[in-house]
Amino acid sequence: MLKIEGLRAEVEGKEILKGIDLEVPAGEIHAIMGPNGSGKSTLSYVLAGREGYEITGGAVSFHGQDLLAMEPEERAAAGLFLAFQYPVELPGVGNANFLRTALNAIRRSKGEPELDAMQFLKVARARMKALSMPEDMLKRGVNVGFSGGEKKRNEVLQMALLNPGMAILDETDSGLDIDALKIVADGVNAMRGPAFSSLVITHYQRLLDYIVPDKVHVLMGGRIVQTGGPELAHQLEASGYGSVQAA
Amino acid sequence: MPAVTETIDAVQSVTQGAYKYGFETEIDMEFAPKGLNEDIVRFISAKKEEPAWLLEWRLKAFALWKTMVEPTWPAVKYPPIDYQDAYYYAAPVKKAGPKSLDEVDPELLRTYEKLGIPLKEQAILAGVEGAGDTPAEGGRMPIAVDAVFDSVSVATSYKDRLAKEGIIFCAISEAVREHPELVRQYLGSVVPQGDNFFAALNSAVFTDGSFVYIPKGVKCPMELSTYFRINAKSTGQFERTLIIADERASVSYLEGCTAPMRDENQLHAAVVELVALDDASIKYSTVQNWYPGDENGKGGIYNFVTKRGACRGARSKISWTQVETGSAITWKYPSCLLLGEDSVGEFYSVAITNNWQQADTGTKMFHIGPRTRSTIISKGISAGQGQNTYRGLVKISPKATGARNFTQCDSLLIGDQCGAHTVPYIENRCITAKVEHEATTSRIAEDQLFYCRQRGLSQEDAVGLIVNGFCREVLKELPMEFAVEAQKLLQISLEGSVG
Repeated sequence: MLKIEGLRAEVEGKEILKGIDLEVPAGEIHAIMGPNGSGKSTLSYVLAGREGYEITGGAVSFHGQDLLAMEPEERAAAGLFLAFQYPVELPGVGNANFLRTALNAIRRSKGEPELDAMQFLKVARARMKALSMPEDMLKRGVNVGFSGGEKKRNEVLQMALLNPGMAILDETDSGLDIDALKIVADGVNAMRGPAFSSLVITHYQRLLDYIVPDKVHVLMGGRIVQTGGPELAHQLEASGYGSVQAA
Repeated sequence: MPAVTETIDAVQSVTQGAYKYGFETEIDMEFAPKGLNEDIVRFISAKKEEPAWLLEWRLKAFALWKTMVEPTWPAVKYPPIDYQDAYYYAAPVKKAGPKSLDEVDPELLRTYEKLGIPLKEQAILAGVEGAGDTPAEGGRMPIAVDAVFDSVSVATSYKDRLAKEGIIFCAISEAVREHPELVRQYLGSVVPQGDNFFAALNSAVFTDGSFVYIPKGVKCPMELSTYFRINAKSTGQFERTLIIADERASVSYLEGCTAPMRDENQLHAAVVELVALDDASIKYSTVQNWYPGDENGKGGIYNFVTKRGACRGARSKISWTQVETGSAITWKYPSCLLLGEDSVGEFYSVAITNNWQQADTGTKMFHIGPRTRSTIISKGISAGQGQNTYRGLVKISPKATGARNFTQCDSLLIGDQCGAHTVPYIENRCITAKVEHEATTSRIAEDQLFYCRQRGLSQEDAVGLIVNGFCREVLKELPMEFAVEAQKLLQISLEGSVG
């Protein structure tokens, strides 16, 4: 589904990704762990197509398409979703309006009929209930005045509604208490299936107790330095990233 | 609001960057000789079959105008205007009383069709008697329209129906003939002839516009609107609108305007006067979509307008809402004279400048009566090389005890070649008054655009969504039917601004 080969990228002339090789087959969830500054967020932004990153080498294919040649909205339409580490506020833009606009943009690109306001509300309410989100979050401005936990749940709600084939979760666990963490994890687990893959980027092993990955990769200094099963996360938790460097 | 989604859908069908009202109607026109002098003032007055007092009133204005100079304080730049190189009167040649659609000049019919004014209205607009006394399809309340084509009102709809409530809604030239006592009492009572350079010019040569009178205790049952269209070349449009809400009366009025795309600049210098008596309220909304000029700044309308409302009665209220997307240059400050005790003035504004557009716009709130209150919400959006200035005055007299004002001016910048300026003047002479001013300037952040695009929105749709969000507080003040239209306009006006 997602195949990254020799990916190199720079920000303002500084090389951050120094040749990443990674393959996430359909139906699998892979975790990427690594210390601060290792390039985790850069990787997620480069995959989603954010401006300001210069690709200096390598290739990424997504469902057989050249991902790096696509605009961000084309990547979204192709089924790539990024749950932001810091979800962005859109003052004055109602959350329901934003969610419906996004959902209909994705549906349009798939050739599916758009949802009107009533149909959308029905779908959204059901999803929100599953995420223990109060309904008034639909009426508020996008992420405006949301608590950290509410913002993250709003990201998971968007993921659930847009139903992507590939979700990148960029430190979705940061700033969450244990209850919110469980809710977010349940949201991701509910999407698991043969047509859904995910890259879970995290600092801590904690999230991976709830979203059990098929594989764990360690990203350090812009490269994948180690790959293993879920036990690798526990090992890192116990001995720190220093042990990897030494290895 | 789901309207934004509809907006996006609608906008996608529109050609990039096109001003869709830029066509010209080929129709037999009658002009006054080019230029401006006393004879032209007399010509216009004679064409309108005006009484002697009004001709004298015009001539006095013309004499004042000759002694005045164009204001230089606005933050706008344009080459000198040659006032002798324009026509001050242009009107379609009238064919004797068309009775059916077949007899009306088909060009006029096509014009209104193209402008999107509903067919039912068209029959009335083009001057056919007897049509349109039933509610519009779908059970929605109809909107009464006065259509002003260059220098004349070509028709006013729903007049008879409104007359049943005692409401007068007609062309001002007709009001001069049919209701001279009302016109004489109120004309120039809010904006005197010598108020400013452009108001004096307007007072001398105004041609048409709308007149509204809502009698005591009457709540106007439908939206009233005037649709201004400049069509003829080298022609200025000088409309005059006068709205009076008598005691306990209320009315919501909307003004719309478009013009053909031309290389030349055309002058539109209007005067609007509102009068609200005890417990009356007037809501005046404008969706201004004059041709803004092309992407190189060639052509476009100079929109130099004086709008002022007088809250004469106790507890009266005047609310201005404007969405300014068009014109090469906008110079206008819809204002409120808060005379009556506990009277309320409001100003909600969205002004967009893209490409080479310039806008110097804002409001003046004069707090004269005790416990008068005013609210100013201004949203300026600059893109391209656009320059956008908010200029506002809040003046509180010593007698305005307990007066309150709240002002919020927000500017949004798109790109790095445009400018936003905020020039608030506050003069408070009353110790018990409370005046608040808040101002912000921001950019559409790259992370906001990326967030939207990551969720599948195109760049243009993302800008539209963010701008509509930025303007929400103002757009929600517009009548429902026009809110959707205004949202579309905002997005179209900004097409090509990010890239």
